[in-house]
Amino acid sequence: MRIFGENGVRRILMLTAFSAISALLLIALFILNEGLPFIFRYGVSNFLFTSEWIPAKGLFGIFPMIMSSIWVTLGAMMIGAPLGVAGAIFLTEYAPPAVMKIIKPTIELLASIPSVVYGFIGVMVLAPIIREYFGGPGLSLLAGCIILGIMILPTVISISIDSILAVPRSYREGSLALGATTWQTTHMVTLKAARSGIVASIVLGLGRAIGETMAVIMVAGNSVNIPSSALDSVRTLTANIALEMSYATGMHRQALFATGVVLFIVIIILNSIASTAIRKRKTYK
Amino acid sequence: MIISPKNMQRGVVSILTAATAITVLILIFIIFFILEKGLPVLSLNFLTTNPQDMGKSGGIFPTIIGTILLPAIALLIAIPLGIFTSVYLCEYTKETIITKIIRFATDCLAGIPSIIFGLFGYIFFVNTLEMGWSILSGGLTLAVMVLPTIIRTSEEAIRSVPQIYRQVSFSLGASRWQTVKKVVLPNALPGIVTGVMLSIGRSIGETAAVIFTAGSSLRIPTSLFDSVRTMSVHFYILAREGLSNQNAYGTAAALIIAVLIINILAYWTMHRFIAKRN
Amino acid sequence: MKKTILASLVVAAVFMLSGCGKSKTSITLAGSTAFQPFAEKLAEQYMEQNKNVNITVQGGGSSVGIQSANSGAAQIGMADLVTLPAEANGLTPTVVAQDGVVIVVNPKNSITNLTSDQIRDIFNGKITNWKELGGQDAPITVVSREAGSGTRSSFEEIIKNVNLLKNALIQDSNGTVRETVANDPNSVGYLSHGLVNEKVKALTVDNSECTPANIADGKYKLVRPIFLLVKGTPQGEIKNFIDYILSAEGQKTIKSDGLLPVK
Repeated sequence: MRIFGENGVRRILMLTAFSAISALLLIALFILNEGLPFIFRYGVSNFLFTSEWIPAKGLFGIFPMIMSSIWVTLGAMMIGAPLGVAGAIFLTEYAPPAVMKIIKPTIELLASIPSVVYGFIGVMVLAPIIREYFGGPGLSLLAGCIILGIMILPTVISISIDSILAVPRSYREGSLALGATTWQTTHMVTLKAARSGIVASIVLGLGRAIGETMAVIMVAGNSVNIPSSALDSVRTLTANIALEMSYATGMHRQALFATGVVLFIVIIILNSIASTAIRKRKTYK
Repeated sequence: MIISPKNMQRGVVSILTAATAITVLILIFIIFFILEKGLPVLSLNFLTTNPQDMGKSGGIFPTIIGTILLPAIALLIAIPLGIFTSVYLCEYTKETIITKIIRFATDCLAGIPSIIFGLFGYIFFVNTLEMGWSILSGGLTLAVMVLPTIIRTSEEAIRSVPQIYRQVSFSLGASRWQTVKKVVLPNALPGIVTGVMLSIGRSIGETAAVIFTAGSSLRIPTSLFDSVRTMSVHFYILAREGLSNQNAYGTAAALIIAVLIINILAYWTMHRFIAKRN
Repeated sequence: MKKTILASLVVAAVFMLSGCGKSKTSITLAGSTAFQPFAEKLAEQYMEQNKNVNITVQGGGSSVGIQSANSGAAQIGMADLVTLPAEANGLTPTVVAQDGVVIVVNPKNSITNLTSDQIRDIFNGKITNWKELGGQDAPITVVSREAGSGTRSSFEEIIKNVNLLKNALIQDSNGTVRETVANDPNSVGYLSHGLVNEKVKALTVDNSECTPANIADGKYKLVRPIFLLVKGTPQGEIKNFIDYILSAEGQKTIKSDGLLPVK
């Protein structure tokens, strides 16, 4: 890059720095352009808060999908967050370093297993167990929560580990020197210091759970239904788009893009929360 | 009743141990499940022959090509863009409202569900730019998808290079770009490689965005404008449409082993690189 | 680093250009997942005989078929709807095959026949247990297709007055309906005749089986046409390929794999 000179380099770098913004704007533009006009024509509250999704009759209420997305995500968090954070604490504070050296890469390897593989295991192993022992069709809210809970484990564990490790050793040593047990140190000193990083890991896991599509389509059964029990089949916002996009035309297609708009806005809000938490961690350091 | 700190300690440690054990067991089960059913299917023949009858029999050769090409294009675009962006953010500018917006946009991009990338890629690359379902459309969509991962991890890595290194370089008369090239980037390499690995993993494992943009043709592509099927998509179609569970497991096993090898290779090269520098 | 990037760009450019320079005629088909396997097989056979043609087949569903034929992303759209939507007005439709819709249950189920009325009651949620139909005492799991599916709209149009019960499982292709029914002993679903296999049990409807003879004399009513859609009038290799599908040889392939020929 000698030919560009120092200023040329700066300009090129600045240009590339706008790639992320332009990508985001482009995505926003295209999705909003396809979906927003529909939302306004159909009515915001009609679209968000009615429960009839019958495209053939021109009824497009996504309330059941919103509720299902919330339940699936909450359920996944109830499984993935405690397991993941507990795992991260154990690995950083209590396990011998050798164990950590083996387990951390293994967990990161799991992050690159395609989500469809998790989904398939859900169909082949989990759904029959649920059908057999708890009843219902097996493909259900419960199955979705468990599979998503497992899928977010790598995200939660690896980011939590990073933020716990970022807490300076001197903090722990100070606490231990004062006669605290290791758990007292962990929970009163280390975790307090690493809190925003752990929160960020959970929020990012949350984002992953809301956004997951293929695995949920495979295990959750996809009924347009406000769930009344964990054994009911449900359809999330993402599943709604991926399931029906291929056959949708006209209004129906716009309504699916509008579902995308809702998802897009929710994710932007969630990420604002997560990135504030992460930045807090940085200023703390 | 008040639990003594000592008992508390014991209780908590056993709970934590149990939670970790459960996590690790689940994860081991998943890998074991796939490998147990998939390894018997794997053979050189399976990897190098064309699928027959939509993949019900035969091998997975064209999907391996797809699995290599799509992430390759994505990374070819996202790595330079991502690293340059993070170099700019860390080395060439102060914290301003603009850098804050860039970071926020990066974080948002990272959180966008893959199905939205799929929708976007379909209307933008496939339709608006008329690239059709192709390696190029799929690769570009994946590039946008992994860009934030690379920006974030490189930024983190560049920031962790001690300030003193830069000061020494400047004091020896090096320009800012020379410092970045010779001092900062080499030292940040391990972190950058981690980001690249994560991106490879994510783009290999992606299905939703790829089906919408690269299609699912089983033929061997002859140009970047041909449609292609990746191994993940192939697995999804085989398993879900019930074409052949056996070949689905074989594909998944091949995929897991490939990811494992890529990971090991990357860490090995990285360590060699670090050792050589010292 | 600069060199590597440059080198990779050159490689990419060469790769792209080599793609542009090819002399083969390319045809892309996209759409109906019910016809996709047949299209792939027909394309393979056609390319054996015509080495200068390169045919790619994509799934996506009937609406992708219509859209991509309109936008030019595909030269031929495939659709399996009883009635084509307004979007298809600018396209030339050719019916290349007929497809029966078959009601399927798990092989463990003892039921062998359902009447149209029973089918309607099951899918509307009025009949919820197999024992009401003389089967085992188990709740019925209804499996249907997603809104907009050609198979679903054909099914509902022919059965009439279907108001699908809320907790019916929804699957997005014939294959996935079949897999779901194959995995769940209590389930019932419907799918394209061409994709029925030994994993599921096909029921007779009003005591008649889905066979070409029964369809021809109107005993079996669950049938829909399969359209190939071309923008404007089919010409050149596109027309040749469609003609090949309609030829005796093409129709034989369609018949041998479970669809119903039109000629």
